[in-house]
Amino acid sequence: MPEPLTRRGLLQGSAAAAAAIPVLGEAQAAASGRPQSQKEQARMSAVGLTVNGREVHLQLDPRTTLLDALREHLHLTGTKKGCDHGQCGACTVIVEGRRINSCLTLAVMHEGDHVTTIEGLGTPEKLHPMQRAFITHDGYQCGYCTPGQICSAVAVLAEIEAGIPSHVTEELDRVAFSESEVRERMSGNICRCAAYPNIVAAISEVAGQGTGKDKA
Amino acid sequence: MRPFTYSRAASVEEAASTAAATQGARFIAGGTNLLDLMKLQIETPAHLIDVNHLGLDRIEPTAEGGLRIGAMVRNTDLAADKVVRRDYAVLSRALLAGASGQLRNKATTGGNLLQRTRCPYFYDTRMPCNKRVPGSGCGALKGVSRSLAILGTSDACIAQHPSDMAVALRLLDAQVDAVGADGSRRSIPIADFHLLPGETPHIENALKPGELITSVTLPTPLGGTHVYRKVRDRTSYAFALVSVAAVFAKDGQARFAFGGIGARPWRTDAADAAAPSGAAAVAEAALTGARPTAHNAFKQQLTARTLASIYRQKGA
Repeated sequence: MPEPLTRRGLLQGSAAAAAAIPVLGEAQAAASGRPQSQKEQARMSAVGLTVNGREVHLQLDPRTTLLDALREHLHLTGTKKGCDHGQCGACTVIVEGRRINSCLTLAVMHEGDHVTTIEGLGTPEKLHPMQRAFITHDGYQCGYCTPGQICSAVAVLAEIEAGIPSHVTEELDRVAFSESEVRERMSGNICRCAAYPNIVAAISEVAGQGTGKDKA
Repeated sequence: MRPFTYSRAASVEEAASTAAATQGARFIAGGTNLLDLMKLQIETPAHLIDVNHLGLDRIEPTAEGGLRIGAMVRNTDLAADKVVRRDYAVLSRALLAGASGQLRNKATTGGNLLQRTRCPYFYDTRMPCNKRVPGSGCGALKGVSRSLAILGTSDACIAQHPSDMAVALRLLDAQVDAVGADGSRRSIPIADFHLLPGETPHIENALKPGELITSVTLPTPLGGTHVYRKVRDRTSYAFALVSVAAVFAKDGQARFAFGGIGARPWRTDAADAAAPSGAAAVAEAALTGARPTAHNAFKQQLTARTLASIYRQKGA
């Protein structure tokens, strides 16, 4: 059976073709954290991480963000680069149990840390309940922000469970799930397709709070 | 980003002495502001000293009945701390009004105090900015200044201070504890920590070269009713146009601090003294000496209305 044609496969094919041309832009190399020269090599730092349960060891330019380490070095391309400035949330991953913007942290700062990306939450054969709920409720259109939305959403429910208050929590000591809590807590994840009502519905379902459709 | 070297400090003293001895060194804590600015080459450190592993992540009571907050305590943890929620609710509220959940999980107490302005002319490297390039001029004075400060500004800089947390700390009379390059320790009252721009807007705080914030200390709790009201262009995840931190006592006395309108977290004795006279009197006292531009003059009325809303809500 022939390999199914995928967008990723096509892009990888063209990237391989491009790599055959021996002129890789310096800026491009620097951006991806690949070494350029002996001087660059001398500045490389070693970092060990546990990503989705797998221990990995990398030699990185200290400029490499956690996002670029995941995407360019570990080829975990589920985590997306949107704004690269912490404004859009597309790069959200869970580090040591907490959601963070992987674009605004250096990989070398995470020695020994446990990182969970969208690939670690579930697989096409065994979806995480939040992934399944996003599909059920059509919580996306183009899908680019979705891995960040889902990682964020999983952590949001854990934050509510842990009693961490938010801006819309009326009494700081009484933290409970509500749709307004979800909207406030998910404000760091932008969706340009504006799938927000369906995202809220998906998260509400996983929280065991109905479909959320009636209020969406 | 420009190339840099990276090291982890082994102690606060070593961090401070290394920073003072190394050309172009900067501390990195949460990194949410510094790395953003490094990507834009507004910040170009030659060396980063990671101060995340120095045991500065604890919140503990002081002998005086206050609270000592380690400089590396994350914004999320500070806002959620049981004692802070109970006794310093205005601080919890200010923190939760800022940034996003992801950013609060990374951002630190010390780093928040040192965050740079969000003035668009500071961020745009094609524009003059006395804060970014001393002596280059100010693009904001005759530019788009809607978001910028109306109090404490100078002819060299009208940038606003962006922090919510620092407004609450100003209200609470916090102290900033630091260790110097020679290992000496000192505490700086928050009122003296952030500097007005004057002729030197690039010098933003009272820290000396290499000096590292180790903790922030709060005095004994004030009691009373705590309020943090933030007005912004979106209902979430946006910087303040105007914010008001307030603590009301039962006897009608109150204290106020303001964000979004000042070159630093803004507080005046006159505004506190005007508390029993009502919102309009507080606004007038707080806004004395305001130097608005055509674009941000609205912040005066917005401040007055925000105060009126707070007074109405508390039934005063």
